[in-house]
Amino acid sequence: MGQITLQDVQKSFGPVHIIKGADLEIADGSFVVFVGPSGCGKTTLLRLIAGLEDVSGGKILIDGKNVVDTPPAKRGLSMVFQSYALYPHMSVRGNIGFGLKMAGLSKDETNRKVEAAAATLNLTPYLDRKPRELSGGQRQRVAIGRAIVREPKAFLFDEPLSNLDAALRVQMRIEVTRLQKQLGTTAVYVTHDQVEAMTMADKIVVLNGGKIEQYGSPLELYERPANLFVAGFIGSPKMNLVTGEPAKQQGATTIGVRPEHLKIERDGGGGWQGTIAVAEHLGSDTFLYVDAGPLGMLTARYIGELSLHAGDHVSLAPDPARIHRFDASGNALRN
Amino acid sequence: MATRQTQLLARSLLAPAVGLLFIWMIVPLALTLYFSTLHYSLLDPGSESFVGLENFRYFLTDPAFLASLQNTLVLVGSVLALTILLGIPLALLMDQPVIGRNIVRLMVIAPFFVMPTVSALVWKNLLMHPVSGLFAWLAKLVGLTPIDWFTDAPLFAVILIVAWQWLPFATLILLTALQSLDEEQKEAAEMDGATAVSTFIYITLPHLARPITVVILIETIFLLTVFAEIFVTTGGGPGLQTTNIAFLIYSQALIQFDVGSASAGGLVAVVIANVVAFFLVRIVGRNLEA
Repeated sequence: MGQITLQDVQKSFGPVHIIKGADLEIADGSFVVFVGPSGCGKTTLLRLIAGLEDVSGGKILIDGKNVVDTPPAKRGLSMVFQSYALYPHMSVRGNIGFGLKMAGLSKDETNRKVEAAAATLNLTPYLDRKPRELSGGQRQRVAIGRAIVREPKAFLFDEPLSNLDAALRVQMRIEVTRLQKQLGTTAVYVTHDQVEAMTMADKIVVLNGGKIEQYGSPLELYERPANLFVAGFIGSPKMNLVTGEPAKQQGATTIGVRPEHLKIERDGGGGWQGTIAVAEHLGSDTFLYVDAGPLGMLTARYIGELSLHAGDHVSLAPDPARIHRFDASGNALRN
Repeated sequence: MATRQTQLLARSLLAPAVGLLFIWMIVPLALTLYFSTLHYSLLDPGSESFVGLENFRYFLTDPAFLASLQNTLVLVGSVLALTILLGIPLALLMDQPVIGRNIVRLMVIAPFFVMPTVSALVWKNLLMHPVSGLFAWLAKLVGLTPIDWFTDAPLFAVILIVAWQWLPFATLILLTALQSLDEEQKEAAEMDGATAVSTFIYITLPHLARPITVVILIETIFLLTVFAEIFVTTGGGPGLQTTNIAFLIYSQALIQFDVGSASAGGLVAVVIANVVAFFLVRIVGRNLEA
């Protein structure tokens, strides 16, 4: 079991209010990703759940039990740190087994569990190596091994992939997701990378300035962003936000259209007129950065190859069903 | 970059410094070697004569030699033990976030800046003096007989003074090492359920292995040659109780005015230092390998 509930959790460092009241319900076995720009409090929130920081107010319930006064080790959680935080003088075996040793398990029992965890993560040949003799990806797996061997109620991941190169990151992303599904253990994962969030999460928590902006499944966030911040943060390339006359026509202060929902027509179409400033041809996609005069810079995405180049005039027609409307305070208007 | 030209340039630029250092070392060594083969008494100048290895035989068979060798080793070993055993907890304390931490650090480091003669005088006359010293006053306060440190426990008194001087050095090195310990590692240990004691044993202490080695090696070099503290406080006595090798050489040369025997002793001290260094590097040196 690993159900985590936050009730009005607050955290201040001196006069600085970092977490301004977070309410959250994390279902057992789900993969929840905290995402947001740097300084939004996502790591702090994770550390509050872990118990590495004390809450300034509110409750954290794990399986219905308030744990705010419980020390980290007793919460039954395990954490994978950004720097991996492996113990440099211990072998891989020692690193993975340290928690079990501290819990007072017998040597045989510890060895059995360590070897099982190592087998799951393909670390068996490296059990007697020191962390410095391992590659980045292997160290990452040792850190995960250390987390899974204790059979925790939930895993906490603090930007675990940010030190890996791009190719390895994609691979580890898949491995972590698969492992989590296979073990069925609740996972809370912090990242600033919205691609990681979209691909790994069952549910995403978008944080900004210490507040939860929206909590929902990746597609929910993509299709129905609750406010301007989520609209701009989720999706790559970013959603085009247009103010002024076109927005007023829709009865909103700001309207948003995703680059993939702009229909690109050569000169003379009925949409927004503009000149291509930069065209990026990726083969699978074509990205156009269009200077649309009073509307500002717009980004348009075309699936496949489109032979348009910088300087060409285009017209961009938004898909009327896919226009997001926001009021003056930035909240989404629903029909 | 390491072309023949740059190597040549590097060598010619280094040559003056290396040459100077070489002369600096080799001239005294050669002269000491030369003197050690002479019968050379300052009381009777002009009567130098070649005596071969007679000075070495004299120095090594002198009962004072073995006593002072033992004193040297006891002094070095005790001061090392004291500075490290006290330095670790002190460094751990100073690593805690407390108000006025910088001032505390400065005060802990202060003894290191006091020159040995001065600190020995302070200890001798203000702290350990059996009549007017602070320790005597404290002892009387609780109804004990004051200890006459330099008569009853002279070597221990010297060890205390030297340890007091070197404790800041050990603390400082260990403190900087503690500060380089990854915070996330401690947190990982905390998540793993390690208590403060097990975190210390399994995480902190292994992390300190290398700086402890550095402290042992550097302190040993200096502790083998402790002189001023002994000269100022006990003058090597009572008897030979606080005479170490360095002080013995001094007394040969400038109390007995026997330069030949003192030179031989100096060379013996060089050999002893090398033997100690050899064993030290064998025992603790592997901690330095990355």
